[in-house]
Amino acid sequence: MLLFLIGLASGIISGMGIGGGAILIPALVLFVNPNQHIAQSVNLLFFIPTAVIALIVHIKNKRVNFKLTIPIVIFGLVGAFLGSRLAVSLPGVSLKRYFGIFLLVLGFYEMLRKDKKKNKEQENRNEHA
Amino acid sequence: MGKGRISISKHIKFAIIGLITGIANGLFGSGGGTIAVPAMVLLLKEEEHVAHATAISIILPLTLVSAFIYVSNSYIDWSLTIKTMLGGIVGGYLGAKLLNICPTRILRKIFAVFIIAAAVRMII
Repeated sequence: MLLFLIGLASGIISGMGIGGGAILIPALVLFVNPNQHIAQSVNLLFFIPTAVIALIVHIKNKRVNFKLTIPIVIFGLVGAFLGSRLAVSLPGVSLKRYFGIFLLVLGFYEMLRKDKKKNKEQENRNEHA
Repeated sequence: MGKGRISISKHIKFAIIGLITGIANGLFGSGGGTIAVPAMVLLLKEEEHVAHATAISIILPLTLVSAFIYVSNSYIDWSLTIKTMLGGIVGGYLGAKLLNICPTRILRKIFAVFIIAAAVRMII
């Protein structure tokens, strides 16, 4: 049940276009306490079916710019290989700490970034109203 | 934008965005979108909603590679994954619906506070 709720919360958050993994991984680690690698693998696998569904909708709505996808993916695959090899070679305790630092940066970024943008969106909305 | 020809500087930007997104997504099992979306908006001047959709098309293949590497190193717990995923499917549906009703600004702040607190606990 706890797992279902964690999934539910992450799903809601990512459905809103906010990073689902940034909720799912720490929630699993703090409440269920699996190995850091396992929590990350859950998130990777979790992403696949959700992304396939979202992508079908986005492609139908012609929102995907494939001119960007292809070159970025080529370099991205190299990065994904390097990053994953590094992750599996690290001890769980270190990986957890590095993940924590990454999460901290994301948290502050999220905290600082959004206000400006929302004001702009509200201005736009007011203009249209 | 000019047809066909893409400048060298654009290729360098593609390389940087791809590498960083791939490394972060592989190393942390997440966070690819958090990097790719603002990178495309700021460096490539892409529209936000296009950047969002395009980011998914980029991260999906990267995630397949990373997931394969994790699973083949036996970092996998199927029971945990499936139970969490079931919640995720319901949540994803609810989230998409809620998006039209609920002010995401407040949710984003709650989200930011949660991840900062979680981050501190994970570092210490």
